[in-house]
Amino acid sequence: MIFYATQRFVLSVVIVMVAVSILTLMLHVVPGDPAVMILGPRATPELIEQTRVAMGLDQPLPVQIVTFFGNILRGDLGQDVFTGRAVSQIVFEQLPYTLILITVSILWAAVLGIALGCYSALRRNTWLDTLTGVISVGTISIPAFVMALYSVLVFAVWLRWLPAIGAGEGFWDGVTHLILPSFAIGVSWVGYVARIVRASMLEVMGQPHVRMARAYGLPDGWITRSHILKIAVQPAVTLIGTGVAHLFSAAVFVEVIFARPGIGALIVQAVNERNYPIVLGAVLVTTGIIVLATLISDLVIAWIDPRQREEL
Amino acid sequence: MASAAVSHRTAEAPQTADPLVSVEGLSVDFATPRGTIHALRDISLEVPKGKVLGLVGESGCGKSTLAYSMIGLLAENARVAGGAIRMGGQDLAHLKPKAWRDLRGTRIAMIFQDPMTSLNPVTTIGKQMIDIQYREPISRSEKRARAIEFLEQVQLPDAAAKLDVYPHQLSGGMRQRVCIAMALLTRPDLLIADEPTTALDATLELQIVTLLRELQETFGCSVLFVSHHLGTVAELCDEVAVMYAGEVVERGHVREVFHAPRHPYTQALFDCDPARIRQATRQLPTIPGTLPDLRQPPAGCAFRARCSKAFGRCAAEHPPLHAAGPGQVARCHLNDPAEDVA
Repeated sequence: MIFYATQRFVLSVVIVMVAVSILTLMLHVVPGDPAVMILGPRATPELIEQTRVAMGLDQPLPVQIVTFFGNILRGDLGQDVFTGRAVSQIVFEQLPYTLILITVSILWAAVLGIALGCYSALRRNTWLDTLTGVISVGTISIPAFVMALYSVLVFAVWLRWLPAIGAGEGFWDGVTHLILPSFAIGVSWVGYVARIVRASMLEVMGQPHVRMARAYGLPDGWITRSHILKIAVQPAVTLIGTGVAHLFSAAVFVEVIFARPGIGALIVQAVNERNYPIVLGAVLVTTGIIVLATLISDLVIAWIDPRQREEL
Repeated sequence: MASAAVSHRTAEAPQTADPLVSVEGLSVDFATPRGTIHALRDISLEVPKGKVLGLVGESGCGKSTLAYSMIGLLAENARVAGGAIRMGGQDLAHLKPKAWRDLRGTRIAMIFQDPMTSLNPVTTIGKQMIDIQYREPISRSEKRARAIEFLEQVQLPDAAAKLDVYPHQLSGGMRQRVCIAMALLTRPDLLIADEPTTALDATLELQIVTLLRELQETFGCSVLFVSHHLGTVAELCDEVAVMYAGEVVERGHVREVFHAPRHPYTQALFDCDPARIRQATRQLPTIPGTLPDLRQPPAGCAFRARCSKAFGRCAAEHPPLHAAGPGQVARCHLNDPAEDVA
């Protein structure tokens, strides 16, 4: 297990490094000089040249990439074009809001999705199974921002049960401010997870080892937990792990709609202002988190299933 | 021969004084989208106490269905259409799920066909062997000790170390030994073995069969051994029931049935057994024809269409189990003493 975890970790670091290289290259491939973009069309050639030197853009490309890596290792993601504050500081200020939002969304998806999928599989072909199927497909088809808009309309404007904007202050206020946005992001994943858990449960339920467990008179709940669900949950874990990337992009919309602080809101603002160091820094941190999420889901599966530990 | 004597002999079966399980006129139907399949029809047989009953027949004859109905693990679309399975004053054919759970893993245990998929792949051997002892009021370390003891019984090398191993780390033969150890660990009265050697290669098959025979003698349980391998049945079983198209067509002591099969199907089965063929041949013999459609079982003898000895009566009249020898019965009109006279 430790060997497997080490292998996976090294692989993750390599993936992040490749991602960073591609990101740096992309900045050079896109048309236009970053210095010109930052300074705007009316900048003097002297000022542009000065900015290029300050940004290190006069150096050869490989040198730039190496410098960039060096800076990242030292935790230096560059400076905000307007205020001159460290990008790392700005990003890490906003990051907790997005992380808590995504974590709670994942919890919605995991808890509700696995419970619904499990329930459907155990009562397959009943009207309740059909109903959960319809609801699941329905939630999958609704984009997060539509869900966000309607949940604001219903629960914040009409019913006035929950706050519509901001992140709140203090613990309980924070919790009430989290419910709507996290549900808006998580709900379509409830559908995905429920469908995939149902399908893999039905597959596992037909396997001989489940029949063998029944042949020893083990209680049904026990068989469901340790013989069926323990195996059937694996595709859902992979789905959620890789789904973190989609959750981040959903968070961009939802943070704007709910006027919440966070990485999504930060990226939208930075793109609008052409504040490239912040875009770059935010995307870099997001990439790292997505790779980390995949790593965690791989490790969770290896922890559940011994057969997975032996292959890379 | 007097007709009264005939009817008396017709009802006779190879009965032991006090059978462990007696199946009485059991019928099982499967509901499928293309109609109801009458998979088992009027099955009667007995599993003698402390003996091994072999169940043979070609694929699709209903031998596994019969085995599964004796542990209550029939598929969801199966339905007991009639008859009874009597064991210790209970009718297993009409048991509630709760009562079934109490019997499984205590009085009845089962060994399955494919050891590669029969063990839980995400749980260690040890935990699975401890889990099935969940009813026992003993400590975890005692359960562990019992697990090791039974792994030694099935001659698994380095038994104690095997407890911490996952199924995929063992070979097929080792896994089947683990399955046998688990089944015996529960000290069942009835052990059902559904083709336990089919998925193994030939040298392992012999080892497992020898092991089963030894352990059956040690523990004294009754065994229902389902197989399509005649040599294995001859090796292991005391009695044998031959099934064809959902019916028992011949039943008796292994020695009598193997020496003098009285049903044309049993005879044909032996003629096709590669182990019994004496002359060199380029083609293995087969029984011509296919199984009848069990949605509408034939009115007369089920084997009629494939039988070389069929005659007029076979189409019109469904043959009962005629007495065919000492403790031997066969579902064929040729065994009717009235036919001898003719």
